[in-house]
Amino acid sequence: MTVHNLYLFDRNGVCLHYSEWHRKKQAGISKEEEFKLMYGMLFSMRSFVGKMSPVDMKDGFLAFQTSKYKLHYYETPSGLKVVMNTDLGVGNIRDVLHQIYSNIYVEFVVKNPLCSMSEPIQSELFRAKLDGFIRGLPFFSARAG
Amino acid sequence: MAIFSVYVVNKAGGLIYQLDHYAPRSETEKTFSFPLDLVLKLHDERVVVAFGQRDSIRVGHAVLSINGIDVNGKYTADGKEVLEYLGNPTNYPVSIRFGRPRLSSNEKLMLASMFHSLFAIGSQLSPELGSSGIEMLETDTFKLHCFQTLTGIKFVVLADPRQAGIESLLRKIYEIYSDFALKNPFYSLEMPIRCELFDQNLKLALEVAEKAGPFGPGS
Repeated sequence: MTVHNLYLFDRNGVCLHYSEWHRKKQAGISKEEEFKLMYGMLFSMRSFVGKMSPVDMKDGFLAFQTSKYKLHYYETPSGLKVVMNTDLGVGNIRDVLHQIYSNIYVEFVVKNPLCSMSEPIQSELFRAKLDGFIRGLPFFSARAG
Repeated sequence: MAIFSVYVVNKAGGLIYQLDHYAPRSETEKTFSFPLDLVLKLHDERVVVAFGQRDSIRVGHAVLSINGIDVNGKYTADGKEVLEYLGNPTNYPVSIRFGRPRLSSNEKLMLASMFHSLFAIGSQLSPELGSSGIEMLETDTFKLHCFQTLTGIKFVVLADPRQAGIESLLRKIYEIYSDFALKNPFYSLEMPIRCELFDQNLKLALEVAEKAGPFGPGS
């Protein structure tokens, strides 16, 4: 099992943070373009899922998978979106994504007076903590770090 | 548990077949006196609740009927405009039935092509080489399973998250499509499927799949 990459978007679609671990293929476009495409896809996905659902929803869209990877999605009520791509063997990791929000983002960005809330996160401490957290996950494989 | 609906999308992203197999009812009827304590507004040619969520009436629910008379879009079946009718104090007390708005055929068409694009973007943004598009999409109320054939036709099944055996159902639908649509001399490729045998066999396959899963519709 592996973690490929992680995106953090704010409510306006700005990519606050991006990091990758085992990523074998790039999208073939610049990073800015890729962030916009990813946010745009998730935005449409949310409205698609909301319309398709036969009953009223609570959490909405949780994850999707293709033949090669699985995308996990978590959104806080304030509109912060955590997106993690893993391989197919990973089950429901909603609690892990919630921990990234509550134990890392809130602790090291929201409570950091030097961090602006709507710009990409510059904090080294946040990066280090997030990297450490992801590498410590049970489904993060140690190979080719 | 159940299979909610089936969509067949051609390689250009056009919807060529749609079937609603099972639609769970979530409707509430209540009698109101004037003034109405809900804010209603017109959205996408429907009268929906904009504010004032109460009991099991949620924001986004549409007005389905008034005093037992069905509502189509913004007019009731007997031709009165809904918002005008509900704005008139002399019509009260009035009994209104609310529920999740049903998808119109136009919306289904739009959602099918929307999924077609999401499918393509899903494969472009892959961190791994040689990824397909979206095969399974998970939400808290349903799971969407998609199977794309080598010729580009997509079969999409919406089912309860606990329903098992959808993978084999998708292959079975492909088989039914090949047998009863493609082999029908009156069927033209990429065009909407209007074949009675296809309909019948698809419905049969859905019922078999529902019963075969660990959760039948009765559980």
